[in-house]
Amino acid sequence: MKLLNEIEEIKEDFVPEVERKELNIPNLTEREVVKHFLHLSQMNYGVDTGFYPLGSCTMKYNPKLLERVAKNEKVSFVHPLQDESTVQGCLEIMHKLERALCEITGMDAFSLQPCAGAHGELTGMLIAKAYFEEKGEERSQVIIPDSAHGTNPASAKMAGFEVIEIPSKEGKVDLKALKHALSNETAAFMLTNPNTLGIFENEILEIAKEVRKAGALLYYDGANLNAILGKARPGDMGFDIVHVNLHKTFATPHGGGGPGAGPVGVKSYLEKFLPIPRVIEKDGKYYFHYDEPSSIGMVSHFYGNFAVLLKAYAYILMKGKELKSVAEKAVLNANYLMEKLRKAGYHVPFYGRRMHEFVLSLANLREKGVRAIDVAKRLLDYGFHPPTIYFPLIVDEAFMIEPTEDESKETLDEFAEAMEKILHENVDLLKKAPHTMPVGRVNEALAIKQLILTWKEL
Amino acid sequence: MREMLEYLGIKSIEELFEDIPEEIRIDGLNLPPAKEEMEVEMEIKKILEKNKSFFDMPHFLPIIKPHYIPAAVEEIVGRQEFYTSYTPYQPEASQGILQAMFEYQSVVCELTGMDVANVSMYDSATALAEACLMAYRIKKKKKILIPSNIFWNKKSVLKNYAKGVGLEIVEVGINKDGKMNLDMDEEDVSAIYIENPNFFGVIDNRYKEIQEMKERLDAMLIVGTDPLYLTIFNPPSKYGADIVIGEGYFGNPLNFGGPLLGIFACKKEHVRQMPGKIVGATVDANGNRAFCMTLQTREQHIRRSKATSNICSNEALLCIAFLAYTAVLGRSGLRKVAIKNMENAKYMANELEKIGFLLPYKNFFNEFVAISPIKAEKLNEQLLEKGIHGGLIIDEYIKNGILFGVTEMHSKNTMDEAVKKMKEILEEENETAK
Repeated sequence: MKLLNEIEEIKEDFVPEVERKELNIPNLTEREVVKHFLHLSQMNYGVDTGFYPLGSCTMKYNPKLLERVAKNEKVSFVHPLQDESTVQGCLEIMHKLERALCEITGMDAFSLQPCAGAHGELTGMLIAKAYFEEKGEERSQVIIPDSAHGTNPASAKMAGFEVIEIPSKEGKVDLKALKHALSNETAAFMLTNPNTLGIFENEILEIAKEVRKAGALLYYDGANLNAILGKARPGDMGFDIVHVNLHKTFATPHGGGGPGAGPVGVKSYLEKFLPIPRVIEKDGKYYFHYDEPSSIGMVSHFYGNFAVLLKAYAYILMKGKELKSVAEKAVLNANYLMEKLRKAGYHVPFYGRRMHEFVLSLANLREKGVRAIDVAKRLLDYGFHPPTIYFPLIVDEAFMIEPTEDESKETLDEFAEAMEKILHENVDLLKKAPHTMPVGRVNEALAIKQLILTWKEL
Repeated sequence: MREMLEYLGIKSIEELFEDIPEEIRIDGLNLPPAKEEMEVEMEIKKILEKNKSFFDMPHFLPIIKPHYIPAAVEEIVGRQEFYTSYTPYQPEASQGILQAMFEYQSVVCELTGMDVANVSMYDSATALAEACLMAYRIKKKKKILIPSNIFWNKKSVLKNYAKGVGLEIVEVGINKDGKMNLDMDEEDVSAIYIENPNFFGVIDNRYKEIQEMKERLDAMLIVGTDPLYLTIFNPPSKYGADIVIGEGYFGNPLNFGGPLLGIFACKKEHVRQMPGKIVGATVDANGNRAFCMTLQTREQHIRRSKATSNICSNEALLCIAFLAYTAVLGRSGLRKVAIKNMENAKYMANELEKIGFLLPYKNFFNEFVAISPIKAEKLNEQLLEKGIHGGLIIDEYIKNGILFGVTEMHSKNTMDEAVKKMKEILEEENETAK
């Protein structure tokens, strides 16, 4: 290969100090590369591999059509800064998705810009901030239940709020504690409903009333929207701002951690604060609307994760009115599996009806030296991905199970059977699990201690 | 389903929803009936037909640009075991993605010259914002210096993220070479942000001066850069970068601007202040090599309001595409693409100069500013009518300035055709003026 400063067109840019001499990236054949990655994929468990009841994450099946529609060159080779007249298809999808999300959540307007749930939360908090700034009210606090996702306090803090955590009562919001915490300092109360224990906050209307009375906003963390699709809407419950996780509720794949999408919806009085640009429709043509002086501005580089938005839109079209059967099946599956596990001998704190997920406490296994993590690892040997463990924080040795609507009764029965067997297995077998995975129990403490983060350090 | 209901001792599914107060319970949504797969595919295809892709209409837009994605990359990213998995909280079931992430971190560190990289921010705009917050956590000084010519969307995102802790964003002017002034004297600065190449496409080779400014202000240096550029130009570590951010477009399509991959890398001494997920090497119970997420105590699910960031879902799958792209192309392939990009950009710029455009800055990689001899807006409008999409008009910064982006996908033919049509427009314009 020629030296860079010998190539006529570009040589003038290569003064000696700028030219890179070393680049330690191997030259491989395509055959070697494909073999490597195929091997890696075989050491990875996805929803398509098997049951993935990771609580709170809604690991539902991702219909294959979603992948196909997003592979269109009229998406993959479309630039975000193209003239509006040449991206009418994208704008139409965005506009229609916004309208569908408004109907599903009972909100008045949506922004599709946030790239993930937590990003939506931050956007929502910035909207709350802008709202109170415009009203000339200084409100510095955001109230959050102790059962909330970690992203809630982190997002509120990032937007500059002080986080006030209130304790739960019987696994739900303690109305008394909430009333006590609410004041003219409160900007918002952030709530997941159903909450992280899978319990529907049935005092939601009183909660909304109290929050409103204090002049604060009610924020809906949409992580668990799947449970109430077509059954109830956050907008009707009195929420002012919501975010939805398209990668949870609307079946777009989780991608090993992302991309997701976290659109934010608001009631009409907050619409002007939404990120710009907004997509508007006029006489069948679509436009970007930038001229909104009250808007918080932008929260991501362009208009959000369009390919994810498109997949979610395809899912909504596929389900249509039948979206409510998604919630029905998800809730039925969760309650069925909970009963099965309870009868097998597992403890369900705050026992009662659940929505789409439930949390076991494995604390009573502690006396024989078994912890939630041991049961989780042993499940791997039975071919199941473990549930979420040690969350929510208000349950000791928490084991958080979300079966989703897509699993059959047979799968749930098999899982329950495995769980029952594990309960009676030799402690040593559990402590040393897994025994059948590509690697044995991974030493996570050592990873922190030695901190080897690149191949150079290996 | 009946069997399951019986097991629960209930008669209907409705009973499961009785916790929802009756006054807000609904029975279904006002949406169209469910559709068959084929109908959905056709309906969406029909809507998307209204778009014009790069192949329907070549364009010269900058910031993110069309690049060729080898077929093997698409196949690798399409592996269901990857794309249907989630954040690898159970490492024994996720060694594949964990090793891929470890390799991604390694490649990013190799390219940027940094010691550690996280496995993505949402995009380069949020990566910049998070970098500024991180610098503030380390330096605890209120100001961030940025060049006055950064992309307006990026600036808006940064301002939003800066609100929480009340960072003051100070814009630094641009000199006649299109580069940020480095003689600024300013108190209370946590970080200086420099782009290389910058928003005007200009390559900055003032390595010594950049480092001097950083030392003078006792600030951290954040560099925004481009991974392809880094395959032939020296990495930001050569001029004192503490944090490097960028758009990780390797192997990832444009997708109308999302999802994107925000590259985020830094020096190891700052790793505990880093946002996002990090994968480390360790061993399993049998002493064999294994990988897992590490330093999770920085993150929201453990540290809650004291976390370094609120980020949870990220852009992990795009990291795999990035990694697979670098693997398929290899060192030689990457450098070849980089040189091709540069050659094409130089060719296009030269041709534009020949028909009357002014090139204010000569040193550039694959984006450059050309000043249109007629009103930029008018030029782009007429060009669009002729089936070609021009570059990005940057009137805010340079009157009638157009920022062009050119890659390996712009064939000589495409460029010649575009220049020919611009020439026609300019000539017609001349005629009318006469």
